[in-house]
Amino acid sequence: MKRLTIAVGIVAVGAIALAGCSAASGEDDGSPVTITYTNFISNGGNEENLQKIVDAFEEENPDIRVEVTTLPYGDYFTALQTDLAAGTQSDVFDIEYANYAEFQANGVLAPITVSDPSVYRQSVLEAYQTDGTQYALPSSFSDVVLYYNKDLFDAAGLEYPSADWTWADEKAAAEALTDESAGVWGDHQPVSFYEYYKALAQNGGEFLNADRTAVAFNTPEGIEAAKWLVEKSGTVMPTIEQGQGTPDFDTNLFKEGKLAMLHTGIWVFGAVADVPFEWDIAVEPGNVRQASAVFSNAVGVSANSKNIEAAGKWAEFLTSSDTMIDVRLDSGWELPPISDEGKLAVYLEKGAPANRQAVFDSLDGIALPPVAQKGQSEMQDIMTEELVEAQAGRKTVEEALASAEERINAVIGG
Amino acid sequence: MTATLLPAEARAPEPPRASAGRRPGRRRVRYALTVLAFMLPSAIPLTAFVLVPMVSAAWVSLQEWNLLAPPTFVGFDNYAKLLNDPNTGAIFLHTLTYIVGYLPLVYIGGLALALALNTRLRGRSVLRGIYFLPVITSWIVVALVWRWLLNPSTGVVNTVLGWFGVAGPGWWTDPAWAMPSIIIASAWKDLGFVMVILLAGLQSIDPELLDAARVDGAGWWRRLFSVVLPLLSPSTFFVIVISLINGFQVFDQVYAMTGGGPGGATQVVVQQIYDLTFRYGAAGEASALSWLLFAVVLAVTVVQIVGQKRWVTYG
Repeated sequence: MKRLTIAVGIVAVGAIALAGCSAASGEDDGSPVTITYTNFISNGGNEENLQKIVDAFEEENPDIRVEVTTLPYGDYFTALQTDLAAGTQSDVFDIEYANYAEFQANGVLAPITVSDPSVYRQSVLEAYQTDGTQYALPSSFSDVVLYYNKDLFDAAGLEYPSADWTWADEKAAAEALTDESAGVWGDHQPVSFYEYYKALAQNGGEFLNADRTAVAFNTPEGIEAAKWLVEKSGTVMPTIEQGQGTPDFDTNLFKEGKLAMLHTGIWVFGAVADVPFEWDIAVEPGNVRQASAVFSNAVGVSANSKNIEAAGKWAEFLTSSDTMIDVRLDSGWELPPISDEGKLAVYLEKGAPANRQAVFDSLDGIALPPVAQKGQSEMQDIMTEELVEAQAGRKTVEEALASAEERINAVIGG
Repeated sequence: MTATLLPAEARAPEPPRASAGRRPGRRRVRYALTVLAFMLPSAIPLTAFVLVPMVSAAWVSLQEWNLLAPPTFVGFDNYAKLLNDPNTGAIFLHTLTYIVGYLPLVYIGGLALALALNTRLRGRSVLRGIYFLPVITSWIVVALVWRWLLNPSTGVVNTVLGWFGVAGPGWWTDPAWAMPSIIIASAWKDLGFVMVILLAGLQSIDPELLDAARVDGAGWWRRLFSVVLPLLSPSTFFVIVISLINGFQVFDQVYAMTGGGPGGATQVVVQQIYDLTFRYGAAGEASALSWLLFAVVLAVTVVQIVGQKRWVTYG
């Protein structure tokens, strides 16, 4: 009670403060305009890379200054929501594909005029259009691949994973590579909403119905996909009691050489770069078809920004300038959402992992996160919670999916 | 504290009687201004951070508001929704489970410490300081330390249990043990607070009464139950009122240790208020739940204040 009332109080006080300020500030001619940008994309190692892009932008636009605030991803959306409620949001702020629809529908994003749309990868650009209008610009994309420890595969005399692997191949290898007495596990894949919608797509299923008002996963394909995730736990993957599910547990296990295969995003390249063993990546195995998770971050311009034009300029520079492309490719900081394959070719030669082509091959079959009409985060929470219930053995997979279906439908239903 | 304050208030100097001075009106105004001046330092923050937010929460509780789009007025729909939702009962039940486990543990533990440190034990002032340290430590730090201690596979607690051949439980990964984990950590942290209050109470007990009881042949337990505890009842009352209010508002340790999981087993009221506001975009429903919680806490506190006459003795 006390904490909530304080929170609401802060919001109220903030709103009053903002109302007071807005009357005073105006756009002066001549003096540079300052726009604010709040982000999570540079947090945890890419702050200086972002600064390079800011510097280049300010040099090119001497009349605009960019003030950057960086927050960790875990706190970012709570902070953004509080700011939006209070009206204290930055002129430009980060969003991601999964919540684009909700922000757009609530009118917090200003339409953006793009001076050169052809620079962008069309499919990614179109993901942020509503009724033909651009409301956000993609700043990067990344996908999830299968990492594997070559040394462990060599020691077991197994063939490396390849793009034509299916779940059955992965399972067989995982079982052969798991050696509990040595503390070595064959496979790791989080038991969560994010892995589930993808596994479901790999198994030919759909998460939501056509009008996105009810779930469609409680089917034989859906149950098989859930079992694929859940049954790894305790057989080829550590259990929750053994630490599975805590932050960075999986990458640390991989870095220690105690994990043969790891399902995670290409954003971990840097973190595993210096391991003392050979490793590579492959396109994630599918079951009836290949489907890789693609994540895309984007920036939006605040609908009540006082400097929409300058903010839009920065948004476009941040997402399509040559400086951005160079900085991102040079540092391996996710992939720029650009269409020019020639510019991306540099990325393939950047060193470990050798099979960087798998990052692009994964795009041949993709699974985008299901986006509900409403209740998106509650839907995601419920799905993860029910899958973990099944993983912990407190429910059967069938019970967990039936319960998830009932609870999610109550949240997202028309 | 309400109880111990009352006699003090009764002893407070009476305002100067009108009949005593020649200009009664002016003196009264001066008196009122003096009182006001003393009240302002707490009245201003109280208004800004408690009263205004409470009133705005009441207003928000009548709206449907996702924090993004402008709110729409829905009357008492949020309250109706909460009262019809079986989940509301579950989160209050989890909160009550916490209180029922926490309160006896922290009270009996704090009493034992206070009794032990009220003797001529060597180094007792150092020990008092040590037991009070967790009270002033941030909950986030304490929660992370306990999460680590109670880690099912690598934690100290299960490792030590393992030496004696006991397979420790899954603690915060097991729905049956997650709430006990939070209760243990909370009781540990708050022991020092209860100890200090009870210690102050113990020290105000006249030693002659204990001597008289001893002369009459009362043993240690008999003296505890017939002399010490009755004379300690005002302190006990204070501890229970404060602990219950804090217990209903339990949040930090839940947020940091389990986040309400596993499987919603530790989803308490304030955690639900937080999730509704910042995760699920239902600020109106969250505000309604805040007011519901306020009503419950108020009712419980009133019952205690009325009920105290039956068992609290002011020596």
